[in-house]
Amino acid sequence: MTWNDPKLRQIIYQLVTFSVVVFAAWFLFTETQSNLAKQNIASGFSFLKSEAGFEIGESVLNYAPDHSYARALYVGFFNTLKVAFIGNIFALILGIILGICRLSKNYLLSQVSKGYIEVARNTPLLLQLFFWYAVITETLPSVRGALNPFGSVFLSNRGVFFPVFKSHPTWSYVGISFALSVVLCFVVRYFSKKKQEETGKELPVLFVSLALLIGIPLLTWLIGGYPMELNSPALKGFNFSGGYSFSPEFSALLLGLVVYTSAFNAEIVRSGIESVDKGQWEAADSLGLSRTRTMSLVILPQALRVIVPPITSQILNLTKNSSLAVAIGYPDFVSVANTTMNQTGQAVEMVALIMLCYLFFSLTTSFVMNLYNKSVALKER
Amino acid sequence: MKLKSLINTVGLCLLYISQTQAGSQLDAIKKRGYLNCGVSTGLVGFSSPNSKGEWKGFDVDVCRAVATTIFSNAKKVKFVPLSGQQRFVALQTGTVDVLSRVTSKTLSRDSGIGLRFGPVVFYDGQAFMVKKDIGLKSAKELDGASVCTQQGTTSELNMTDFFRTNKLKFKPIVFENYNESIQAFFKGRCDTYTNDSSGLASARASAGKVNKFEILPERVSKEPLAPAIKQGDADLYNILSWSVYAMIEAEELNVDSKNIDQMKKSKDIRIQRLLGIKPGNGKSLGVDEQWAYNIVKQVGNYAEVFKRNLGDDSPLKLKRGQNALWNEGGLMYAPPLR
Repeated sequence: MTWNDPKLRQIIYQLVTFSVVVFAAWFLFTETQSNLAKQNIASGFSFLKSEAGFEIGESVLNYAPDHSYARALYVGFFNTLKVAFIGNIFALILGIILGICRLSKNYLLSQVSKGYIEVARNTPLLLQLFFWYAVITETLPSVRGALNPFGSVFLSNRGVFFPVFKSHPTWSYVGISFALSVVLCFVVRYFSKKKQEETGKELPVLFVSLALLIGIPLLTWLIGGYPMELNSPALKGFNFSGGYSFSPEFSALLLGLVVYTSAFNAEIVRSGIESVDKGQWEAADSLGLSRTRTMSLVILPQALRVIVPPITSQILNLTKNSSLAVAIGYPDFVSVANTTMNQTGQAVEMVALIMLCYLFFSLTTSFVMNLYNKSVALKER
Repeated sequence: MKLKSLINTVGLCLLYISQTQAGSQLDAIKKRGYLNCGVSTGLVGFSSPNSKGEWKGFDVDVCRAVATTIFSNAKKVKFVPLSGQQRFVALQTGTVDVLSRVTSKTLSRDSGIGLRFGPVVFYDGQAFMVKKDIGLKSAKELDGASVCTQQGTTSELNMTDFFRTNKLKFKPIVFENYNESIQAFFKGRCDTYTNDSSGLASARASAGKVNKFEILPERVSKEPLAPAIKQGDADLYNILSWSVYAMIEAEELNVDSKNIDQMKKSKDIRIQRLLGIKPGNGKSLGVDEQWAYNIVKQVGNYAEVFKRNLGDDSPLKLKRGQNALWNEGGLMYAPPLR
């Protein structure tokens, strides 16, 4: 072992870097701690157990002001999850549609989609959020003059109100049977693939799957006594009550995030499809495959290799961008954390929690998307 | 936004670290040559820049009084506009020396987060503002209302308490910025807007809609607004407290910025003590004996400051109410300056 040994040097470099990082972290931590103590600022996370004392505008969990700060933060966490989850699904769907339209031979379609993409991705997201929020709160009428396009659906500057089915035990069975039929679809797909490999015959997977997805839940609903009672919104006091609603804050945030992110997704999808060589189309054509089958069997599997990694970034971006919610009054995690920070004065702890929360979102998303990426990545044998 | 949190964290850590314990805050101020004073980002009547970019308002004048005590010059102060969230961190980290920003004095703020509040300069209370044409008479009729408010204020807690105690349902819409929250209310997103009653009057006045909006009579909280400094500097604390008391005492003794030079000849021993004719007060505080004279001459007494910024001479037109002198039925009381 001499100093010139590259292996030894490598280890030493890494050790030095590692200890510098650890020392810097330790220094930051202890200095912050001692300075906080010097100023009589209490530190630690024990405050999370005490009563929050503030109300939160909308929540998917049960929440009341006498619950703890920890509970309030959970509410914020799930609000972020809600908008990020729904937003990502819509942004992906819209992105794929726009990306394909962009490549369409139809001039109008491709130009409209191009225009959309250029506008959406070249203006700041915060501005777009303010825009959508202003559109919703300023163009829609007040509660008393709410628009009523059909049935008991109401549109006002307090949000969209629509009827939902009254809770009934059958509905949870319908949900379970739907999940079951999704699993069945995968089983059907597996067997039809096997059969195709053995005999060359194709089974109508799509029709079978659709029949399963609709049929089984419908059957459960009929057996359960087909509950039909609706819970409709009705004007009561200052606002509608009953039914289900999307608040203007949630709607504006969702709209802004979807419009913004779908433009990026569209470009990623386009780049993925364009990355597949023209020869692949021609080869599939000469084998007699239809255009849609060429797309699904030849082009898409190859395009996905290019698409998936940057799409992962966009999913993460949408999740993180949802923290702009605080500007338009949607109680996401950052908003609740900011309130907590102000009521308790525990700035360092809360900022650490915010970072932890988004780190959690990002790492889970990355993990899942990396698994998916592995499944579509080029397998070299 | 992750970037924002990251910058916040790193910034906070660096700020907390960069504090060296070299001398007191007061020494640092004197060495610097001017006072850093944290004010609001623009609240008409309390602190807002005028068309020439000069800061005007009640909170601003409190800062000027403190600066006058230290430097004998009301102009030696730099105003730092702070949001509701930034204010405490800015004070804790020494970005500002004095926080004079419509901030309520509470036990937890005075003890838990390292602040030290001076005397109360304005007794306020949280109230609700509604559109006049709704025709509400009391805040207790607000069942089911959506309430716009600003994040990180005691207002958020007080309104929750009020609705909880009265078993009313409500829906808060909480914005990070004052402007977003008040605009959402003006546009009709919320049924009511809540803030300290003075803040409501200010918002109504600056929007030019004094007649369209009604402030409901309930006061759901006590909001004693007071300036604050960081804990651990007794000298600065004394200067802050007595600068405020000097303005109140001057009003009680009928000494104002116009008559002050004649008042110098007054036989009243209390006036002589206030104006430094009989020395001692200045020495105790470690400042010029003329300190109170300078405050009244350059800034004014409490009545003048109130009238100019919040009272009849302002768009807010607030009554003195609880903020009258103790001998006129109010709560303003200065301990003896001797």
